[in-house]
Amino acid sequence: MNDRVEVRKTYKLFIGGAFPRSESGRTYEVHDTDDKFLANAAKASRKDGRDAVLAARKGFGAWSSATAYNRGQVLYRVAEVMEGRRDQFIADVQAAEGLGDKKSARVVDTAIDRLVWYAGWADKYAQVLGNTNPVAGPYFNFSIPEPTGVVAAIAPQDSSLLGLVSVIAPIVVTGNVVIVVASTLRPIPAITLTEVVATSDVPPGVINVLTGDPAEIAPWLASHGDVNAIDLTGVTSAELAKNLEVEAAGTVKRIRRPAQPNWLATPDLGHLRSFVETKTVWHPLGA
Amino acid sequence: MTFEYAPASESRAIVSIAPSYGLFINGEFVDPTSGTMFKTINPATEEVLAEISEANQSDVNAAVNSARRAYERTWSVLSGRDRAKYLFRIARLLQERAREFAVLETLDNGKPIRESRDIDVPLAAAHFFYHAGWADKLEHAGLGPNPQALGVAGQIIPWNFPLLMLAWKIAPALACGNTVVLKPAETTSLTALLFAEVCQQADLPPGVVNIITGAGDTGRMIVEHDGINKIAFTGSTEVGKSIQRALAGTNKKLTLELGGKAANIIFDDAPIDQAVEGIVDGIFFNQGHVCCAGSRLLLQESIAEETIEALKRRLQTLRLGDPLDKNTDIGAINSREQLNKIHQLIKSGDDEGAERWTAPCEIPEKGWWCAPTVFTNVTAAHRIAREEIFGPVLSVLTFRTADEAVEKANNTPFGLSAGIWTEKGSRILWMANQLRAGVIWANTFNRFDPTSPFGGYKESGFGREGGIQGLGAYLQSATDSDVHAKGMS
Repeated sequence: MNDRVEVRKTYKLFIGGAFPRSESGRTYEVHDTDDKFLANAAKASRKDGRDAVLAARKGFGAWSSATAYNRGQVLYRVAEVMEGRRDQFIADVQAAEGLGDKKSARVVDTAIDRLVWYAGWADKYAQVLGNTNPVAGPYFNFSIPEPTGVVAAIAPQDSSLLGLVSVIAPIVVTGNVVIVVASTLRPIPAITLTEVVATSDVPPGVINVLTGDPAEIAPWLASHGDVNAIDLTGVTSAELAKNLEVEAAGTVKRIRRPAQPNWLATPDLGHLRSFVETKTVWHPLGA
Repeated sequence: MTFEYAPASESRAIVSIAPSYGLFINGEFVDPTSGTMFKTINPATEEVLAEISEANQSDVNAAVNSARRAYERTWSVLSGRDRAKYLFRIARLLQERAREFAVLETLDNGKPIRESRDIDVPLAAAHFFYHAGWADKLEHAGLGPNPQALGVAGQIIPWNFPLLMLAWKIAPALACGNTVVLKPAETTSLTALLFAEVCQQADLPPGVVNIITGAGDTGRMIVEHDGINKIAFTGSTEVGKSIQRALAGTNKKLTLELGGKAANIIFDDAPIDQAVEGIVDGIFFNQGHVCCAGSRLLLQESIAEETIEALKRRLQTLRLGDPLDKNTDIGAINSREQLNKIHQLIKSGDDEGAERWTAPCEIPEKGWWCAPTVFTNVTAAHRIAREEIFGPVLSVLTFRTADEAVEKANNTPFGLSAGIWTEKGSRILWMANQLRAGVIWANTFNRFDPTSPFGGYKESGFGREGGIQGLGAYLQSATDSDVHAKGMS
């Protein structure tokens, strides 16, 4: 019989590269699918949401102007560190989603591979989504995609790791920064991911993770003047989705609200394209 | 030196304006069920040009139903090759009737004939030519092997470029296989109604294009109609936000092209004479009724005085008056309402302590006019530096370093366009990279082309019009078709 008393964990938020407690001091209990206690997670408040937006905006300048090669390398590094913690992620996903050994391994492997896939897009998407334009006049004209800015995302409630990675990666690979609200009932894989992100050369503020209730935090993110876009992938309530879209309209935010995708399927560029802007530059030709 | 000009008026004999116009639904002109009509007025003379129908809910229903039928039975089953041919026909007809469209546009809108003849109408035709060619090549649009049309598009356009905005909306929608219900602005319906005639001439299948006229209420009925799959709107940021709100929670897709407050940035090494032409093009083109107008002039401090003097000299040579006169540079303001709004903002500039200079020009007795106006000593806090004026009013600010220019230029909720004037290539590319705006004109301003995507960052809207990117506003990839997007899908 193992009579060691285990060290129970109280997890914190991940904002601006640091791990603060919720400013509200609140936590909530996280259980596995058999209702066994797993850990305490921080219950983020509106103020935590605002702090995250500040941190994200601060991180946007350096991340969006980093070279594409560098962004690709950083994301690949995240995948490398995830690979090193593969067993922990499998255990986390198993506890969170109640999957069997094989299925949870497949989910974790797909999440790591997806990050590698997106990392490779960092220095290619501008070539695929950008072009020169043959205007009818003596001008050189080109269009390039640029990151939209600060994106607030609600991570999928069911797919706690693969869904989360599939939402974060296409946002940040182009130079956006993200504030993601993790799955409420299944936050542990997201929290483990923050520990990976914190040790993988991701600059502070690029990926910010809040745990808690999207219905409480998301409206403040959707109405925030310094958030440029919202990703409603993880919003399951039609009423909440509508309210968030109404809030978002106040500053003309870009909105993505997909039906629940099959996360195991290979994605296309749609998610990435939702959070880029096309910039077109004209210059006259002349000797 | 003063130049004397003999009048050189374009003949209006080429257009015949009917006393009243019905709604264009299912390929025919029909009377509005309400029987309510409103007048469209020549803003240069205040003469009533015609009576226009106001569409009510049952008219909107009829138009949407007609578009739906045409989508399901005709347009979505037609090959891309054949859709292309209809668009090519329309492009040709616009070219053949170019003079007629130009004169009619100038009469109804008040813009100089030089602009409607040389810019609006040729660009509208070019837009149909460009998109015609896309209709049978959509698998190359970058949205996967079998991109899908969205269905029925509701399109609401402004009064500043009536025919050109119609072309920007209808050409890509049709090329991508959608059918449309389009509402022109209530003060400028005439060229849209003439375009309806062109659709008949081209034998475009009935219902593919429906044009219904009316004001904000009619627009709202289109936005809220359940039979519509996509809304495309060009107009004010305020109305754009209300449309986005109205579509919240629905599966309708949305693209918005809204207001702007563009910075036109002049560095000390820019060729001043060329820059002055660019400043004039930037803010006085189309009486400043341009969402991407260069309404904030940012001058590097060392050349500010000299540039303002050169600009004032140049503005004294601009001719304001009869829009049909081929020598006219500044036409009429489109409506009394718009003129009042411009006057109100000019007054706020005076009240807040900016220094006003108005070009000395004779204002015609009738019609709505605003002489070119330049404000100096403007600070970033002034309303005239923050709000879109949508008139011939320029606010001048200064800067010392490139960093400061970027910060001032980006200090706005808008992000539609920006201008950069410098001889230094590395600075152009660095500035172009730093400015958060959808269109950057370097050593030029206000250039448009159907191959060149147009649209904004931030509160200037989302989605693009023109170019390969513009197709994404009317198409969805087969694998991403369940995404409800406000923005590009």
